[in-house]
Amino acid sequence: MAWLNNSILEDMGYFSDIYQGIKSLLTGMSITGKYFLNFRKGSITQQYPENRETLKMFERFRGEVIMPHDENNEHRCTGCQACEIACPNGTIEIIWDRQLDEESGKKKKMIDKHIYRLGMCTMCGLCIEACPTDAIKWGQNFENSVYDRKYLDRILNKPGSKLMKGVEDKE
Amino acid sequence: MEPIVVNNNFKSEEYFINMGPQHPATHGVLRLLLTIDGEIIKKVEPDLGYIHRSIEKMCERDSYQQIVHLTDRMDYLSSNINNEAVCLAIENALQLEVPERVKVIRTIIGELTRIASHTLWWGVMGMDVGAFTTFFYGFRDREMINDIFEETCGARLTMNYNMPGGLMFDIHPNFIKRTKEFVAHFKTKLPEYDALLTNNIIFQHRTKGVGILTKEDAISFGASGPVGRASGYSCDVRVHHPYSALDKVKFKEAMRTTGDTFARYEVRIEEMWESLSIIEQLIDNIPEGDYKVATNAVIKLPKGEFYQRVETARGELGVYIISTGTKNAHRVKFRSPGFSNLSLLNHISVGSKIGDLVAIMATLDLVIPDIDR
Repeated sequence: MAWLNNSILEDMGYFSDIYQGIKSLLTGMSITGKYFLNFRKGSITQQYPENRETLKMFERFRGEVIMPHDENNEHRCTGCQACEIACPNGTIEIIWDRQLDEESGKKKKMIDKHIYRLGMCTMCGLCIEACPTDAIKWGQNFENSVYDRKYLDRILNKPGSKLMKGVEDKE
Repeated sequence: MEPIVVNNNFKSEEYFINMGPQHPATHGVLRLLLTIDGEIIKKVEPDLGYIHRSIEKMCERDSYQQIVHLTDRMDYLSSNINNEAVCLAIENALQLEVPERVKVIRTIIGELTRIASHTLWWGVMGMDVGAFTTFFYGFRDREMINDIFEETCGARLTMNYNMPGGLMFDIHPNFIKRTKEFVAHFKTKLPEYDALLTNNIIFQHRTKGVGILTKEDAISFGASGPVGRASGYSCDVRVHHPYSALDKVKFKEAMRTTGDTFARYEVRIEEMWESLSIIEQLIDNIPEGDYKVATNAVIKLPKGEFYQRVETARGELGVYIISTGTKNAHRVKFRSPGFSNLSLLNHISVGSKIGDLVAIMATLDLVIPDIDR
């Protein structure tokens, strides 16, 4: 009789499994169904390329390193190379020269090129943290795809730009 | 005449098959060499090294500030906790006392990271065992945390928000509001998780009694995190060696004793509740103060050996620094939780089926860059 009892119990387990399966299926579908019916309320997806105009990143978003210039084509980079030393990946390279400063009449360190290689950048933010004159900051652009790797090497200072007056190296 | 070979089709034969490195169920570039007999697994051998980037060697080259951002790339789902571990190790070595504000913010962000990691794990776990809905629901809730991180730290995954001596910048004014919103939102969503997956009878049949790990084995294999706690091994670093502001909060260590796949699942769900309670205890009383203390521009650790352990979302992460007094570390070693947890995969999956192996791997919650480094 023992085998009979066992098989009956197993049979009951089989049917209760089906019952439980359908029950948990319906529980799950009631949750997903609720979202399906209220799709206007809780929609979190975005239509990305279409909403480009309204899409705004957070102000601290790390997109790429940029060097802001004012209307006179002047930047704040003194060429102290603190960012170059702080960078862990060799992303930044500064080519500089000593040029005659018109005001003081002395030779002063001026940047020739501030080279930033976006392809090597890990967006760690150490360069911007290290900059004593706030010459570089984070840009909001995140669409960085280009057709060739060489376009990712950028020169941040614009051609013909100069150091802003009053910006001094703190060292 | 050639001899006639009679094939006995009813005799089983062991054979060898590759799982990965591009298999969708292995979560990254993990290659498993399976020896199977039909569907029954006889042996599992993980083959590592596909994403090795020699992070430990790079740490010997870089300065101490630069080490921190490399740890983002180890266990990328708990990057902030990794950063915290390195910063704590350096601060301990320098005997630098960081402000209370920094400690509290680090703990809150660490717990948010843990929830973000567990929600992603929950979604992927559901997908591994055949439930597709969980993937989207998990990502929906994780998105809110990612927004909090993006607003405060500037990045969503590799934050690099900690630095030796404190934080890179203060929290965003919206941080507290958004975190409270998330906690309130997530408290209504966690019961949904239970209804969708935990109480699902098909899911329970897939996971209960599968991949049983005993407490003795968990200890001898060096299991940590939810994997160890599901076997009844109390190994939460947050409880036994509290760091940052974790000594100020009260929370229960999530524990199970059965040690099967379902127990590991339940531990992670309970951990999300505990993380929510830790955040709630701290979010209203973030002390005022500085967000960092000034360190030298060139950090030089004193001569000696320094070790710091933290609890990441996957288990115990140890950072071991040997310094000779210069501006670079002589040797940096990371004790990663994923590596030890992977080592017991063969032990618990022998004798089960391939489908069970996928479920076991899902609850081990392996992040491959953490294993390879």
